[in-house]
Amino acid sequence: MKKKGPLYALFLSLILLLPGCSSIAVLNPKGPSARTLSDTILLSILVMLGVLAVVYILYIFVLVKYRAKKSNEGYIPEHEEGNKVLEAIWIIIPIIIVAFLSVVTVKTTNEVENVAADYQDQTPLVIYASSSNWKWHFSYPEEGIETVNYVNMPVHRAVEFRMYSFGTITSLWIPQLAGQKYAMSDMLTTLHLSADTEGSYIGKNANFSGKGFAHMEFEALVLSNKGYEDWVKEVKETAPKLTEEEFKGLLATDYLGRKTYSSTHLEFSPPPGDHGEHMSGGGKEMDMDNGNPEHQDNKEIHPSPEPSSGTEFDSKPDPEVDQPLPSSPVDESTHEGH
Amino acid sequence: MDLDKFKVHGEPLIYGAMISIALATIGILVGLTYFKKWGYLWREWLTTVDHKKIGIMYILAALLMLFRGGVDAMMMRLQTAAPEMKFLDAQHYNEVFTTHGLIMILFMAMPFIIGLMNVIIPLQIGARDVAFPRLNAVSFWLFFMGAMLLNISFVIGGSPDAGWSAYFPLASLEFSPTVGNNYYSLALQISGIGTLITGVNFIVTILKMRAPGMTLMKMPMFTWSVLITNVIIVFAFPVLTVALAMMMFDRLFGSQFFTMANGGMDMLWANLFWVWGHPEVYIVILPAFGIYSEIIATFSKKNLYGYTSMVFSMLIISLLSFLVWAHHFYTMGQGAMVNSFFSITTMAIAVPTGVKIFNWLFTLRKGRITFTTPMLYTLAFIPIFTIGGVTGVMLAMASADYQYHNTMFLVAHFHYVLIPGAVFAVIAGFHYWFPKVFGFRLNERLGKHAFWWIIISFNVTFFPLFFLGLMGMTRRMYTYSEESGFGPLNMLSFVGAVGLAIGFVILVYNIYWSTRYMPRDTTNDPWDGRTLEWATHSPIPLYNFAIVPKVETRDALWSAKHENIPLYTDTKYTKIHMPSNTGKPFILGVVFFFLGFFLVFSMWIPAIVSGIGILVVLAFMSFDKDQGYYIPVEEIAATEKKLMRGETV
Repeated sequence: MKKKGPLYALFLSLILLLPGCSSIAVLNPKGPSARTLSDTILLSILVMLGVLAVVYILYIFVLVKYRAKKSNEGYIPEHEEGNKVLEAIWIIIPIIIVAFLSVVTVKTTNEVENVAADYQDQTPLVIYASSSNWKWHFSYPEEGIETVNYVNMPVHRAVEFRMYSFGTITSLWIPQLAGQKYAMSDMLTTLHLSADTEGSYIGKNANFSGKGFAHMEFEALVLSNKGYEDWVKEVKETAPKLTEEEFKGLLATDYLGRKTYSSTHLEFSPPPGDHGEHMSGGGKEMDMDNGNPEHQDNKEIHPSPEPSSGTEFDSKPDPEVDQPLPSSPVDESTHEGH
Repeated sequence: MDLDKFKVHGEPLIYGAMISIALATIGILVGLTYFKKWGYLWREWLTTVDHKKIGIMYILAALLMLFRGGVDAMMMRLQTAAPEMKFLDAQHYNEVFTTHGLIMILFMAMPFIIGLMNVIIPLQIGARDVAFPRLNAVSFWLFFMGAMLLNISFVIGGSPDAGWSAYFPLASLEFSPTVGNNYYSLALQISGIGTLITGVNFIVTILKMRAPGMTLMKMPMFTWSVLITNVIIVFAFPVLTVALAMMMFDRLFGSQFFTMANGGMDMLWANLFWVWGHPEVYIVILPAFGIYSEIIATFSKKNLYGYTSMVFSMLIISLLSFLVWAHHFYTMGQGAMVNSFFSITTMAIAVPTGVKIFNWLFTLRKGRITFTTPMLYTLAFIPIFTIGGVTGVMLAMASADYQYHNTMFLVAHFHYVLIPGAVFAVIAGFHYWFPKVFGFRLNERLGKHAFWWIIISFNVTFFPLFFLGLMGMTRRMYTYSEESGFGPLNMLSFVGAVGLAIGFVILVYNIYWSTRYMPRDTTNDPWDGRTLEWATHSPIPLYNFAIVPKVETRDALWSAKHENIPLYTDTKYTKIHMPSNTGKPFILGVVFFFLGFFLVFSMWIPAIVSGIGILVVLAFMSFDKDQGYYIPVEEIAATEKKLMRGETV
């Protein structure tokens, strides 16, 4: 047992040292939603370190004091049934801790499921995020534009992602801006976030979705309001329209680089019904049709990725030319191997 | 029929696996023939209904699977040790982590625990056998054939590759067109039926076959934990059975339970899977709590502190285990209300678990603690499992989980719970009860060497994963870029994994070394035990107890040794009824294996023939008139005399 002390001292110092470096994305939030989560995590770590300390102190104490030694040879410990008061203490104190953490959980869960407090006077910018094979489509219905494998948003603006999938369950996650949420084929899920620092953040799919899963990353670029407007304007002027034909081609492809279009797929391939309709049971037809029938139709035409034989990407993503963005620091890392 | 379906294309690694499997099989066959052991194997093992031998076979299979799953783990750690590694490709990596999870949980942890309970439970409750000895053999052979079916998948047709939780629609025919997930549904189904039968068998055994005087509240803690575990099995496994059947229908017969179109619901699978899957975690952990309770009491020379609250905490855990399944998918968008409910029920589990930890610490208090190998694993369990527990509470907080979900943080958490909670426990139990079963101890020096390798390497392997999770590394990524910064900690984790492997090799070497050189134990009670299993001879005679003991206190043997409460009131032997061996359970298992195999490849005619074969074997079993036999008094007397002299029988 004696070797364990230094080991844990090492781990404790690691815990204390590592948050200092900015590589811990989750604890380095850039928006109110992620900040709430980061605070919750830090708070829970502190409480849990307290619990650990109590257990470890008791543990070390009994092991040191009551180990078999020469001096207590032949000692036969007494029969000890238990102690109602002591047992009550270690039932009640954990209940108090759990109650406290429950309150924190309920409060913060509600917070991050809604528009952040500072942004409640705004109408959120709605972005539909859908996944197909190993890529992300981002549709901006208000602006009438669509991007693939990157998303741009203005700083200090409430953003509402509406997620769904053209295939397997995926999970949209931008660790520095918000916690993740699943995208599924038969319903819409919503994720509220907002950024208060401009910059480029890594976004990814966090739910295993098959062979290309490890490469399913995208860039989330937070621009100034002016920068965002300029970008939208530029896209509308220069990017091609997204035709149904083109979109079906995109769906059928396994991997893609960045793409930009001046119209969205929502018009000809609408998203499924949202979660509320599912749970309320109000729409009888919902259960049978699994969301919007047109959405379903579309999936039947493009049911699945082809079973692939090779280990490399069998369809090399075409080097995309229409990138109206200034290159960002994560460019290389997000598109590694593409 | 398309022969191509059988072929696994690919890599030198897979060809290596094929060759080694072929060589091992040939080696075993040639060896058995050369040493003329076929008859011995059939009479003593394949047809046995003796709970001790069935238990040993369970444990042997589990050890084998520990190494199979361990090799998977090493491959994964090597593949992610550095950015852009080219050791495995995506497909192979996906198969490796899927089978690693399946094998470690279902074909290593569970059978190891079921093996220990097979050997020990009848002894601990003073019984001569389990309630249904032949059914017990059926359980084992179904588990074993299920495990073998999954194991051949790597070389015939391809392994499951959609994760051990096999979420739909990824696991559907549409997105996983190979036979891999057919193996998943059938191998798990076959072994799951075996587990369900075990559950029924042990509930009846414990409720009906205890020695006179052993009331429920006088049962040893391991027996209590096993009773509760088996109740969970009986409630949880039917859900898995149904879910797997639906999965099989989806994949083989074109039904649409979990598909994206035509009314299928992918969330339905997730719900069914975790309604079974979460209690499953407690199925492997509760018996471990029982094992630790026995070991802590024995090696601190004290009775268990707070026995009653220990029992109630396990009962509460078993209830709560059915109320928390949705915490596995907080991020599925079920809303703040539902998530809050499941957060609170999940965190509530920390309370009874904490009660157990404090009771153990207070059992140690005022004791006289000796640091034997089984005790070392038990003592290491407390601080490590507490880390697993507190990170569990952190994960239970729905909001925070949005950041941990599916990341390496989660991977670190459940390894911090399952390895000390289940793996250390079975190793501790293995060292602890080994002399009871085989009549000699394992070497303590080698045991402690293995212990330190395993404990230190375990922390080096899994502690970095907490940080990787917070850095944003998701689980099941077969590769990552240099810029992500995940490299150094993954390398550290790989170094730890190598250490773990060394530890496990020393552990197995210890079994070999001790079998050859350790002195035979003549006391039958090498650890100064407290419960009934130490009252019989080591090795254990076929009938366990020549005279059925009588129980007055919780630690019956301890009372007999130190408080002059006699264990036996009778002194005369009476004839003992024993069940006869039968080959039918083994044959049933083999036919099930073929049914599974043919279904995997949609070979309908042979599958139907196998299905009929199962009915035929079952019919034969139910018309079996063999009522067993009696061991005559003279034979018992002779055996006992020999055993008293320290001879083996």
